[in-house]
Amino acid sequence: MSALEIREVRKDFGSTRVLKDVSLAIDSGEFLILVGPSGCGKSTLMNAIAGLEPVTGGQILIGGDDITWRTPAERDIAMVFQSYALYPSMTVRQNIAFGLEMRKVPKAEREQAVERVADLLQITHLLERKPAQLSGGQRQRVAMGRALAREPQIYLFDEPLSNLDAKLRVEMRTEIKKLHQRLGTTIVYVTHDQIEAMTLADSIAVMRDGHILQLGSPDEVYNDPVDMFVAGFMGSPSMNFITATLEGQLGDYRLRIATPEEQELVLPWPADRITGELADHLGQPVVLGLRPEHFSEQDARLEGQQEGTLLEARVTVVEPTGADILLRLPLGDSEVTARVGPKCPVAAGERLALRIDMSRAVLFDPQSESRLA
Amino acid sequence: MDNVIRRRTPGARLARAALYAVLIVAALFYLLPLVIMLLTSIKPLDEIGAGTLLALPQHPTLAPWITAWGEACTGMRCEGVGGYFWNSFAIVIPAVAISTVVGALNGYALTKWRFRGSELVFALMLFGCFIPFQVVLLPMAQTLGWLGLSSSRAGLVLVHVVFGIAFTTLFFRNFYVAVPSELVSAAKLDGAGFFRIFWRILLPVSAPIIVVSVIWQFTQIWNDFLFGVAFSAHDTQPVTVALNNLVNTSTGVKEYNVNMAAAMIAALPTLVVYVLAGKYFVRGLTAGSVKG
Repeated sequence: MSALEIREVRKDFGSTRVLKDVSLAIDSGEFLILVGPSGCGKSTLMNAIAGLEPVTGGQILIGGDDITWRTPAERDIAMVFQSYALYPSMTVRQNIAFGLEMRKVPKAEREQAVERVADLLQITHLLERKPAQLSGGQRQRVAMGRALAREPQIYLFDEPLSNLDAKLRVEMRTEIKKLHQRLGTTIVYVTHDQIEAMTLADSIAVMRDGHILQLGSPDEVYNDPVDMFVAGFMGSPSMNFITATLEGQLGDYRLRIATPEEQELVLPWPADRITGELADHLGQPVVLGLRPEHFSEQDARLEGQQEGTLLEARVTVVEPTGADILLRLPLGDSEVTARVGPKCPVAAGERLALRIDMSRAVLFDPQSESRLA
Repeated sequence: MDNVIRRRTPGARLARAALYAVLIVAALFYLLPLVIMLLTSIKPLDEIGAGTLLALPQHPTLAPWITAWGEACTGMRCEGVGGYFWNSFAIVIPAVAISTVVGALNGYALTKWRFRGSELVFALMLFGCFIPFQVVLLPMAQTLGWLGLSSSRAGLVLVHVVFGIAFTTLFFRNFYVAVPSELVSAAKLDGAGFFRIFWRILLPVSAPIIVVSVIWQFTQIWNDFLFGVAFSAHDTQPVTVALNNLVNTSTGVKEYNVNMAAAMIAALPTLVVYVLAGKYFVRGLTAGSVKG
């Protein structure tokens, strides 16, 4: 039995269908992240789970019970909001205890719960303060404390870190992960930040236009994307898409990339990655997807030992990030981003030899944008 | 003035002085009626006839005030405006309280519990702010008759509540629109219902708009004359109607000092509300903006 199951949920706002038969299921203790660009329906799906928006069709089950038409209060869920939504007139203590008070939990138990969560989140010293007297990070903790105090079956997080500055966001991200590992809670988490999705999730649902395009582990979504949208959305810098022509014969395929300034580049497609669909696209244009880390600089000491195809190109931009260097260079009819080691001695305008790791490359159909291989 | 830092030249100082002079003169000019009323109300009748309007009283006396409060004739009776003063309170206090509470609930429902057609309801409410009083006099008289509330204080309270709700709803609706709806969502998930959310979450942050609503309603209802004169009997008249009767009652010499004292008595509560609550109002606004 799933902790949360969504069956063909539809949601219309007037004549616009915002959720189009969304189905998914997660197990108890699982961390699910709904990710996608704004307007993809992820927040609407979250509100439907919370019961804040009635659905137009479909079913929502928590722990096997159909809760589609129950009020938010009857669903045994807690939610952490983007704006934290702390009650401004109440102290932190009252904020955390409010849900328990509404559920008529005796005062002594409420106090215990407040102490427990405050201790867990290290906010004991803030208990008597009002929300206005707290910093952004502290408010975030209190908002989580309010959710944790009730010990619900499911936690919903609606872009909880998007109002924090970059440093705090990374800290709180780690904190949420620790908390999840420690308490084994079931969490549905909405974000548009694909790094949050990759780092936190047990499974990721990538959404677009009211559909779930792909539901899978972070590894699957990142390395085995179903289409160009998922491939381009996950990962930063995002995947490079290069137009190429598929050539060769059964069992021996090559990708020919026309490069304007130099000779053509021909990349062999790995034999173990051949799918049946490829045969239908022989002689036709395909889109080659290469992540920046699929490029690596040619190391003179390892001459002849390195795997992959060699590419030589003139670097147009060099962007050192500290941990590594991002290079922009022309490949085919577009410019691509390559990630190389921080010591790579290259300047803009210089020529550089790079190896392409084709074993991790992916191929897409340029029309349907769906995955070919 | 123009946010540019520059050296103060003598010309600039002169301009600044002229500006202040104009403003002070204007302020004094606006204060003049009040000053004249006050001065006249503490002068004996013979001094009023002899001196100018602005002459200070030679023999200040509180006798006109006492007369105005308890002895002056308003029409047939000669009991002063004191009784009507309390009449006004008996009408204003429940009317302000009820219209503010209903306006707050309306504003809350219109912003945080949107329903199909809630925007239309609000538009119609807004329309209520622009209905001229005269238009409703006859239908309202008929309605009060059917309700058995003709010529009663309760009837006047009802009229003022009905008219006031349009304004108080507008105030609270515009205030609650700015309160994040996520607060209400969070409270719903925490298990609170419609009234609990209003009472525990929204009302505690509503002090500034409650003050606005109370000031507005208090002055509107206290200063009302038309409804007061149309829908009251002799013993349920508000003080504004009594003042009119007092000034228009002609028995011998016009007692300007008594008239002025009665006018001051009738105006005092709204002045007091402005002075006391106005300060709190500004404080409430700034506190809210800092909290942001």
